[in-house]
Amino acid sequence: MAETEVSKKRKRPIVRLAVLLLSHSVLVSVICCTAGVFGLLLLPVLAKNTYISENALMPGSASSMLSNQEVSEANKLIKELNNLHSNPLGATTESHGIIAKYMSNLGAQVNNHKFHPQLNQFHPLHFFSGPDSGVMQENSTRSLYGINTVGIIRAPRGDGKEAIVLVTPYNAVKGGVRETLSLGIAYSVFSLLTRVTWLAKDIIWLVADSQYGEYAPVAAWLRDYHTPAFSNLDSLNTETCHVGNNNFESKISYGIRRSGTMAAALVLGVAYGNENEDTLGIYAEASNGQMPNLDLINIVHYLAVHRQGLRVKVEQFHWLLNSKWVKSLGEVFESLGKMVKTLNPDWKLGISAADYVEGAATLASSLYHQALGVPTGPHGAFRDYQVDAITLEFSLRISFDRLDRRNDFLLHGGRLIEGVIRSVNNLLEKFHQSFFLYLLTSPSKFVSVGVYMIAFALLVAPLPVVAASLYAKTLDLNPTSEKDKSATSNELGSVLQSWKWLNSVKTVFVVHFWGATVSLLPYFISQIPDSDPTTNFSVWILLSILSLEILRWILVSPSSHIYGLPQGEWATLKSATISSFFIGLGLMSVINFATAEIGALLMVPMALMAHPLKLDVRGQSLRSILRMICNLVLGVISFPPATFFVFKGVIEGFSGINAGDFWNWVESLWAWNSATYLYIGMVHLPCWVLCVQILLHPC
Amino acid sequence: MQIEASLWNASWATDGGRMQISLSYAPFEARYRGFDVARCSVDKSSDMNQFSSSGSVLKQGGGEEFSEELLLKPFPDRKVLAHFHFQSRAPHSSSHGRHHHLFPKAIAQLVKKFRVKEMELSFTQGRWRYEQWGGFDPLSSNNAKPPGVELWAVFDVPQSLVDVYWRNLTHTLSGLFCASINFLESSTTYSAPELTFKPSFGNLRYGTLPREAVCTENLTPWLKLLPCRDKAGLSALMDRPSIYRGFYHSQRLRLTSSESGSDEVDSGIGLEQTLTVVLQPSSWRTGKTYSVETNIQPSWSISSIFGRNIPGKCVIAKSSNVYLHLDNGLVGELKNLERENAKYVANTFESEGFQSNHAFKISVTPDKVFEEVDYLHGKSTSVIYGFSVEKYSDSQPFDLGLTWKIPVVWSCQQAPLHASRFLMGSGNERGAIAISLESTESSEGLPTSHIIDGRCELRVDIFQVVPWYIKVYFHTLQVFVDKQPRAMADVVDKIRVSPSKDKVSPGVMEMILKLPCGSKSAAFSLEFDKGFLHIDEYPPDANQGFDIPSALISFPSFNARMNFSEDEFLNNSPILSKFQETSPVLSYTEVLLIPLTTPDFSMPYNVITITCTVFALYFGSLLNVLRRRVDEEERILRSRAGRKAGWISQLLSRLSAKLRGRPQEQPTSSLPYSFISFRLVLKILLVASIAVTWQYYFG
Repeated sequence: MAETEVSKKRKRPIVRLAVLLLSHSVLVSVICCTAGVFGLLLLPVLAKNTYISENALMPGSASSMLSNQEVSEANKLIKELNNLHSNPLGATTESHGIIAKYMSNLGAQVNNHKFHPQLNQFHPLHFFSGPDSGVMQENSTRSLYGINTVGIIRAPRGDGKEAIVLVTPYNAVKGGVRETLSLGIAYSVFSLLTRVTWLAKDIIWLVADSQYGEYAPVAAWLRDYHTPAFSNLDSLNTETCHVGNNNFESKISYGIRRSGTMAAALVLGVAYGNENEDTLGIYAEASNGQMPNLDLINIVHYLAVHRQGLRVKVEQFHWLLNSKWVKSLGEVFESLGKMVKTLNPDWKLGISAADYVEGAATLASSLYHQALGVPTGPHGAFRDYQVDAITLEFSLRISFDRLDRRNDFLLHGGRLIEGVIRSVNNLLEKFHQSFFLYLLTSPSKFVSVGVYMIAFALLVAPLPVVAASLYAKTLDLNPTSEKDKSATSNELGSVLQSWKWLNSVKTVFVVHFWGATVSLLPYFISQIPDSDPTTNFSVWILLSILSLEILRWILVSPSSHIYGLPQGEWATLKSATISSFFIGLGLMSVINFATAEIGALLMVPMALMAHPLKLDVRGQSLRSILRMICNLVLGVISFPPATFFVFKGVIEGFSGINAGDFWNWVESLWAWNSATYLYIGMVHLPCWVLCVQILLHPC
Repeated sequence: MQIEASLWNASWATDGGRMQISLSYAPFEARYRGFDVARCSVDKSSDMNQFSSSGSVLKQGGGEEFSEELLLKPFPDRKVLAHFHFQSRAPHSSSHGRHHHLFPKAIAQLVKKFRVKEMELSFTQGRWRYEQWGGFDPLSSNNAKPPGVELWAVFDVPQSLVDVYWRNLTHTLSGLFCASINFLESSTTYSAPELTFKPSFGNLRYGTLPREAVCTENLTPWLKLLPCRDKAGLSALMDRPSIYRGFYHSQRLRLTSSESGSDEVDSGIGLEQTLTVVLQPSSWRTGKTYSVETNIQPSWSISSIFGRNIPGKCVIAKSSNVYLHLDNGLVGELKNLERENAKYVANTFESEGFQSNHAFKISVTPDKVFEEVDYLHGKSTSVIYGFSVEKYSDSQPFDLGLTWKIPVVWSCQQAPLHASRFLMGSGNERGAIAISLESTESSEGLPTSHIIDGRCELRVDIFQVVPWYIKVYFHTLQVFVDKQPRAMADVVDKIRVSPSKDKVSPGVMEMILKLPCGSKSAAFSLEFDKGFLHIDEYPPDANQGFDIPSALISFPSFNARMNFSEDEFLNNSPILSKFQETSPVLSYTEVLLIPLTTPDFSMPYNVITITCTVFALYFGSLLNVLRRRVDEEERILRSRAGRKAGWISQLLSRLSAKLRGRPQEQPTSSLPYSFISFRLVLKILLVASIAVTWQYYFG
C-alpha cells in the first residue's frame, strides 16, 4: 500500500519542495523571521569600507589654493554683516545689498530672487508628482516674501553646460556670528574660484534667505530655476521695489539668471558644537529615503579627514549608544568574530563591541531617517531634480569670537569646500559610478543594497508561504466538513463553498478602502480653523472608527451570514490579509526600502501570529496561552500611534508625551509628501485592523 | 627652394614599434636616394620682384595676395580682445593654372574638388559673453561662434548631389584640421536651413559639434595655411600657452569662391582666416584687487598679453597692420569725461584723436586714425587707430601698449535683444526648451527703419536644430510677449519645421518673428520627450548627457556695420572693409546639456545571465511536458525499482553481505529511498568536514 502510493503520488521536485514548505509553514516562518531580524542586527558587522569609485574625482590630488588672503577678505564680509546687525532695523534689506556688492566685486553675475514661502499644505493627489510650475498659494502669503541672493561665476573656458551649486542659508533677521560664518566660508571659496583657471563648470552661490525655514528658499529657487512661469501677471521678479538707499542695489536684477545642468550641490551650515573637536556633520537623506551618490559623501569624508583633520560624523541615535542590550549583542558578535578569525584569519568579520554599538546607532538613525521620508536639510530640494546634494554642518569646539580661531576655521572649511568643488569639477559625467541605495553605519562604512535586502527578504519570505498553507488548509478542511453534511449539500452549495475566499478578499478590500479614506481624512480635518493637535487627533480617530463601522454596515454585513459556516473563515481572512500585506510591502520596498523594512519588522510577526483569541482561550495549553499573550502585545505595539508613542517614550522618556504629538508627526509626513504616510494609511493600518479582526473573530 | 627631412618615431615609421629609433646615436646623417625633384618653371619677371627685399610694396604674384592684420580692443570687464585676420586670395585656376605661390594648395584643391561656393568652419572654446563684450558690432556678429565646431558650406552642385559633396567635404576637413568633423557626415547631425540662416537654394548644409575640444592640434594645421606660418609677421605672436589661457578662443576659416566672375577683384578664391581670443592682461592677475574703488582698467601691451613682440611683417604680405579699436561706448564715456574736465581745466584736447589724453596713453603714435561716421544720429562713434608694422624688424620689434590713467566704466553695445536658452522640467522622461529674449538698453535708441504697414516691428529670426533623440513636439510651441501668452499667428511671421526622423535626421525649426517694437521680453517654449537610444548609439561618456546645439538668433532689421569716411587706405585693409560690409546682427545661445536615461553598461552581462536562466527553465519544462508520456515514467520507475537500486547501493549491500557472511538480500523498493537520503546526508557531512579541516589546517 505504502509502496504504490509513494510511486503513484511521486510529484516533480519543485512541487514536492513547495508542499514541504507549506506543510512546515510554522517552522519556516519562525526560522525566516528570526533570520531576518538576526540579519538586520548583523548589518553593522557586514558593513564595508567606502571607497571612491569614480576615478575622475581624484580628491585631494591638487594642493589647496585657498590662502589667508581670501580668509581675510571673508572676514571683512563677516565683520560688515555683523556690524550691520547691531542695528536690526533694515538689516535684512541691507545685508542682501552687501552680499550682492561683495559678489559682484569679485566679477560674478549677481541677481536677487524673490520668493513667497509656501505653506506646507496637504495635496492628496500630489504624492510622487513632480514640482509644478507656478502653483502658488493665493492666500495670505502675498505679503510675506524672502530674497535669495544668487551669484554665478562663469567658468573661464567652459561652455556653461554644467554648474556646481553652493548654498548657504542665511537668516538676516536672526543675525549672529553663526549665521555669517557659513557665508564667510562660501565667500572665501567663491573669491578664490573667480580667479582660478581650472574651472570647467560654472559655480552658483545661493545665499538662501532662511527666515522662513532653510528648505523653503532653496526649493523656491530651484522651482523657479527649472520651471519658470512665463505668464505670471503679477510676477514676483518684475516688481521693482528697491528699498535700499544704496545706489548699487538698484542695479541688481530680479530676473533669474541661469547656468547649465547642475552637477552637484553643497549646503553649508555652521552649528555651535559642544564637543571636544571640530566636527563636520554630513546630512544626506532626501525625500522618500533617496540618497545622493555615495561618491559625494566619500570625497567629503576623504578630504575632511585626510586633508583638513576634521572629525566627520553622521547622525546617530544617541540613546542606542548607552543601551545595554546593544552592547551585549556587540560583545557576542565580537567573540563570534574572534572565533571565526581562528578558523580563517582572512575572514574579517570581527568588529569590536564599541564599533558595533556605534555602527548600530548610526545604522538605526540612517534607517529611521530614510524611512521617515522627510529630507534632513535643504539638500532634499535638490534631489527632486535629480541633483546630488548634501548638507555639511561644521561645528566648532570654542566660540567663534576669537579671531585667530575663526580664521583657522575659515581656512579649513574653505579648503574642504574648495577640494570638493575641484573634485566635482573634474567629473566628466554625472555621478553614477557609486551606490545610490545604501545605509551608512559610519561616515566611512556602508551597507549596500545587495546586503541589506537579504534581511528584508528573509523577513518577508514566510508571508506567501503562510498564506498559501492557510489557504490549502481551508481547502482540506472544507471537503471533510462537506462530507459530513453531504446529504444536504447540492451543486450550487459546493461551488459557493469553493469561492468562499472571495468573501474574505472582499473584507480585506473594504478595509483597505477604509485605509484610503483614513489617509484622506486629515486633509479635511486640517481645514478646521484654530484647532490644536490633540483635538485633531481625537477627531481623526473618531471619524476613522465611524467610517469603519459605516463601511462594514454597508458592505460586509449582508454577505457574512449567507452560510453559517464560520469554521476556517478566519483562516481565509488571514490568508487574504497576509497576501495583501505582502503585496503592499513589496510595493513599498521599491518606493522606500527603509519604510518597508521597519514596517515588516513591526507588522510581520503580528500578521503571521494572528489567531482568534477565543480559540486560544478554549485551547488551555501553554502554547495557546503564550500565543495569546504574544498576540495581545504585538497587537498593541503594531498599532501606528502606539508604535509612535512607545518609540518616543524610549527615546525621550515617557513623561512629556502628548496625544497631539502623533498628529504633528503625521502632519509633517504629509507636508513633505512622504510615501511613508501612504504606507501607514493604506498598508500598515488596514493590516493591523484585519489582524485585530482575526483576533476577535467569533469562532 | 628647400628640402626638409624629419626623423619619425611614430608607430607607422618604426614598423609597429619594433625598430625603435635610439636618439642617443644623434646626430644623424640622412641620405636621399632616387630623388627626383619636379619643379615648376618660374615666371621670372613677377616672382623675383615679389621676394625682393627692396620694398614693402608687393607686386601681385600671379594675382595672388596675402594680408595680415591684428585688431586689439579693450573690453569693459578688464579683458582685451585680440582678433587676427589673415586674408589670402587666389585667382581662379581656370585662368591662372593649378599652381599657387601664396595660396594654400590644400584649400584650392578642396574648393575645386567639392565645388564649394562658400564655406565657414570655426573651432571655438569658451563662450562669447554678449552682455559684457557686446553683440552689435560686426566683430562680434561675425566672430562670436558657438562652442565646439561649426561648419556650413554652400555647394555649386545640383541639389541631389549636395549631400554627397557635404559628406566628402567633412572627411577632407577632418583630415585637414585634425578634428572629428567627419562626425558631421551622418545625416543626423547636419541640416539644411532655408529661411533664416542665409539665402540659399537648397544647396547649403549646416552642422555643429558642440562637444569638440579645441586645442593646438587644430591650430597648427590652420597656421600651416598661412604663408609665413607662425614664424614671421603677426602670427608670430601666437604663443600657445597665452592664447589658450584666454577666456574665449575661436579660430575661423572662411572660404568664398566665385566662378570666373566678371569683376576682376572678386573672382577666384578668397580665404579668410581669423583667430579671435579674449585675454586677461596679466597685471590684474598678480595684483588682486577686491575693492570697488580701484576699478581702473588694467594697462597692457602686446608683449604683456602674448609674452612676445611683433618681429616685423611677414615679408610676402601685402599689408601688415595692427589696429586698436575703442568702441563707441568707451569713446562716448571719454568724451563725457573730457567735457567734465574741460570745466575745470582750461586746455582742451579737441580732435587729434585721443592718443595722449588724460584718460589713457598709447605707447606708439598711430599712423592713421579712423573715426566711424554715423549718418543717422549724432551718437558717439567708435575710433580705430591704425599702425603699420612694415617699418619694424627683428631688432626693433613692434610693441603696442595702452596705459590707463583714470578709471573708466563703459559698456559695449549689445544686440537689440539678449537671447538665452534653458531647459525646463525635471526627470528623465520629458522636459521643455525655452528661449527667452530680453530687451537690452541699447535697443531703445536704435533706428526704427523697420516700420512695416505703419506698425513698428522688430524682426527676429530663430534657427534651432535639435537632435533626433530629443523628440520635440512642435505643436506645443508657446509664445509669451511681455509675459502675456500670445497666439502664435500674432508673433510668428513664418515658420518652417522639419520634424526629426529617428536615427535619420534632426529636427529643425526656423522661425521668423515679428515682435512689437516696445516689447520688453519674449519667451518661447517647446516641449519634448526624451528618447531612448540603442545601446551601441551611446557615446563612451553617455552619463555626461547629450548636447543640444546652440540656437542661432539673428536680427535682420539691424545691420552690424561700421561706416568710415571714404579713404583709399580702407580698401587696402581687408579687416576694415569687412567691417563695412552689411551683415545682420547675429548671436548664438548657450549649448544645453540634457541628461538622458542611460543603461548600466555592465547590464548586458547580467541580462545575458538572466535570459539564459529563464530560457533554460522555460525550454526545459516545455520539453519535459512535450516529451512526457502519461504513466510512462511510473512504469519505468516501477520496473527499475524491481530490477536494481543504484550500483553504489548494490555494491555496498553486496559488500556488507560478504562481510556479514550472509547471502545478499534484495532491497525493497521503499528502503533505498530512505537509504539514499541518509547516505546523501552522510556524504554532505563528510565533504563539509573535509572542507572545514582543510580550511583549518591549510587555509
